[in-house]
Amino acid sequence: MDETENTAALPVEMPIPGADEIVLNMGPQHPSTHGVLRVKLKLDGERIEGSECIIGYLHRGVEKIAEHRSYQQFAPYVDRMDYVAAVSNGLGYCEAVEKLLGAEAPPRAKVVRTILTELQRIASHLLWLGTHALDIGALTPVFYCLREREEVLKIFEKYCGARLTTNAFRIGGLQYETYDGFEHDVKRFCDDFEKKVEEYEQLLTGNRIWVGRTKGIGILTGEQAIALGVTGPPLRASGVKWDIRKAMPYAAYEQYQFEIPTGQNGDTYDRYLVRMEEMRQSRRICLQAIENIPTGPIMAKVGKVLKPPPGEVYHSIEAPKGEIGYYVVSDGTVQPYRVRVRPPSFINLQAFDTMARGHLVADVVAIIGTLDIVLGEVDR
Amino acid sequence: MTNEILFYFFAGLAVLGGVLVVTMRNAVHSAVFLITTLLATAGLYLTLNAEFLFVVQIILYVGGIMVLFVFVIMLVNLDVALHQVQFNRQTWVAGLLSFALLAELLAAVALARSYGEENWLFAAPHVPTVTAEGNTEQIGRLLFQNYVIPFEIASILLLVALVGAVVMGKKRI
Amino acid sequence: MIQEAYFLLSKYIWQIVDGLVIVAIFPLLAGYVVLLERKVMADMQARLGPMRVGPHGLLQPLADAVKLMIKEDIIPESADRAIFWLAPVLSVFAGMLSFAAIPVGPGFLIADMNIGLLFIFAVSSMGIFGIVLGGWASNSHYSLMGALRSSAQLVSYEVAVGMAMVSGLLLAGTLSMKDIVEYQAHSGFWLVFVAPVGFVIYLIGSVAETNRAPFDLPEAESELVAGYMTEYSGFRWALYFLAEYSNMVVVGSVATTLFLGGWLRPFAGTHAMDFLDFAPPLVMLGVTGYCVYRIPKQTGWDQKFIMAIFAGICFVVTVPLAVVLAPGLAAWKAGVHGAFWFIAKVMGYVYVFLWARFTFPRYRFDQLMQVGWHYLIPLSIVNVMGVATAVVLHREAGWNPVVSIGVTLVVTMLAALWLVRAGERREQTALKSAA
Repeated sequence: MDETENTAALPVEMPIPGADEIVLNMGPQHPSTHGVLRVKLKLDGERIEGSECIIGYLHRGVEKIAEHRSYQQFAPYVDRMDYVAAVSNGLGYCEAVEKLLGAEAPPRAKVVRTILTELQRIASHLLWLGTHALDIGALTPVFYCLREREEVLKIFEKYCGARLTTNAFRIGGLQYETYDGFEHDVKRFCDDFEKKVEEYEQLLTGNRIWVGRTKGIGILTGEQAIALGVTGPPLRASGVKWDIRKAMPYAAYEQYQFEIPTGQNGDTYDRYLVRMEEMRQSRRICLQAIENIPTGPIMAKVGKVLKPPPGEVYHSIEAPKGEIGYYVVSDGTVQPYRVRVRPPSFINLQAFDTMARGHLVADVVAIIGTLDIVLGEVDR
Repeated sequence: MTNEILFYFFAGLAVLGGVLVVTMRNAVHSAVFLITTLLATAGLYLTLNAEFLFVVQIILYVGGIMVLFVFVIMLVNLDVALHQVQFNRQTWVAGLLSFALLAELLAAVALARSYGEENWLFAAPHVPTVTAEGNTEQIGRLLFQNYVIPFEIASILLLVALVGAVVMGKKRI
Repeated sequence: MIQEAYFLLSKYIWQIVDGLVIVAIFPLLAGYVVLLERKVMADMQARLGPMRVGPHGLLQPLADAVKLMIKEDIIPESADRAIFWLAPVLSVFAGMLSFAAIPVGPGFLIADMNIGLLFIFAVSSMGIFGIVLGGWASNSHYSLMGALRSSAQLVSYEVAVGMAMVSGLLLAGTLSMKDIVEYQAHSGFWLVFVAPVGFVIYLIGSVAETNRAPFDLPEAESELVAGYMTEYSGFRWALYFLAEYSNMVVVGSVATTLFLGGWLRPFAGTHAMDFLDFAPPLVMLGVTGYCVYRIPKQTGWDQKFIMAIFAGICFVVTVPLAVVLAPGLAAWKAGVHGAFWFIAKVMGYVYVFLWARFTFPRYRFDQLMQVGWHYLIPLSIVNVMGVATAVVLHREAGWNPVVSIGVTLVVTMLAALWLVRAGERREQTALKSAA
């Protein structure tokens, strides 16, 4: 937290600080900024009067890399954006290219994709819950969360050999056939998981300190959220019932029953409740899907060399953090002409200033935590 | 003998600390030496068997007031204070007054020597001999029975000062 | 002169020895409290905790100590060197000095001061300077903010803690730690049953006083990295750590002495419960048995050997605990068993600290101050008035003690209820105005 001498770098609405105001840097090496986010805060005492998120410390030029790789070669790169939800990233990219090709994955592949993506949603939310609680000072939930996340990662590992950056899907279907006992593993996980969510809720939901730290903090109204383009749990917690799984179904989501949880106040506590409920709903989807996985091929016939016809396509899916969209332009060669990613973390982070104004410095960690950002995705 | 050694030790420490408080340039260093002085004074109370005063001195002055002092010093921009000239041109007034005080004290000591201990002004204070009852109880009795009215008036005065300070310090309540 | 020195030495020899003993066992004690914390934390978090250094990590504190001592000593260039050096020493000094007045047993008491409790209170209030000066001397924003927060926190919670202690003192009528326990032995009730509100306030306040979660704002790692300790490393950092953990033991000891009957056995006055006298040796024997049972399960002869040593230590502790049960050693029994019960109670109190730390999230700073000023301090004032009224009703008006305590307790609880309701209303309006 250094006071910056460099006031020239402040944005327009942040005038040169007066006597009562200080400018405070949080990050990029701060334990609660979830990686390398740097937040410049203008403070009046401990109250935040304005803020600016400075990003780019993890920029790797993922979108540029796409222009020099074939379509298949680029698939593993998208896993490195939101590295705690690699499966969802991969699904979005694969489906976008499939749309461009005019191909469709076989039913079996679609169902397995749904199961893995929902498991990934649970894993991502668990990691969010653990770190968010840790930021607010609850030391224990993170270990419980990682314990359950471990079970999900074990399923991934058994399925494709990787735990984090899975590259689980291929354009046109699945990378691998499911292993023996896949259904059993998923079922066992889902059966146990119900009780585990209860356990987290017991630790936090009714806890006076937790409620005191999260209720009324970082309020985002529905209109503000829509205006800022916020998606995912933060949008739904503000009372907007928008979920791409329902609005524009992809994979096999049409076949399953599930609810879209929404909140009323749009504060940190509501976002917490929404994500907790989403984990339950994901479990519900997994249980339904596992009942009846169709047999058949796992790959559509797309050929070894992918040469989509010239054109462009935008496809988005509901990733754990919000809408992840891929805008892919083809010029008819084996390499995409342009891949533009709409990362949910990047866009949700824009709401930070709106949410943080008027709160205290200590709330910054709660607000960053509740946005559930991954800097790999913000910076790409 | 032990008592004397302790007295000179604590007294010397108090005086040394006091001198350093006013000569140190850094306000935090001054505060540290002020703490030393206060602790040495507490030690003097202890040599006089006034253990309650000793503890109260530490709790109130060291643990309470000095913490607030240091708190305030930290909020003040020290770099500015460091470059300011701390001494002004009234040195000769201060020197004169100091000498007057020193002379007065020396005279008092000399007079006390010549008049003997029975003189009312310089007589050794009536130190109650150590009784079975600790001096916690004695002080409590004095404050809350013999002198309860002045004690309460002093408390109200402090309270008024406190409220006044809050009202003046805070723009809106 | 030499004779005088000799006289002084012979007069104070035991005090000097006691002081040396404190200095010697103090770091060890703090080290093992750290181990306890890590083990309890691991247990609550579905982990094992330290398992490598010694069997079940029993030698971990020694390894930590060696590591911290040989670490490079870093003083930031822009730090105020003298105060940077002084601050951790002050912290540890305050922690160690408090031990002088703690009565571990009727015999294990270094100084029976007639102001013992106030002495501990005064000395621990000096510990604040270690934090404040250390935070300032580091010349870093995180440190300074940690220091400011902690000084504000400690000063405000000291009021509530002091008031809570007063409610116990009013009943015991003495400041001497030894006499407080003897009062409880005499009256047959631990003060926690007579002044429960005071005990609860002390419990909460002492968590805040020792900077432990959920009040660990000065060192909130997610906000201030490590608070006032951010710039400290190596041995100086270890000193702060020692001070923190010994403060936990000190507040635990004060609570045990004042509210939990000090060295007294549970049901000390009831002869029907005399079988509890067998508990200390049996517990230690059980621990010994467990250590022996674990010996074959250790990997490697060195681990087995260390486990055997620990079993031996436990057995050596068991022997005097058992021997003093023999008839004719009643005087010894009071002391030896007293120490056992005292340590057991202090550890129980410390366990509550750890339990709270791993269960609760952290308060925000304004909320923390609110808990102190809006709830604890008013309640502690009401509690002191209530207890004082009960004492007067009993002693002057001749009321039945149970009735007088009961009546004032009900009044205090009503006041507490009102405070909570008022707080909730305040929160509601604050939420409404925010929304």
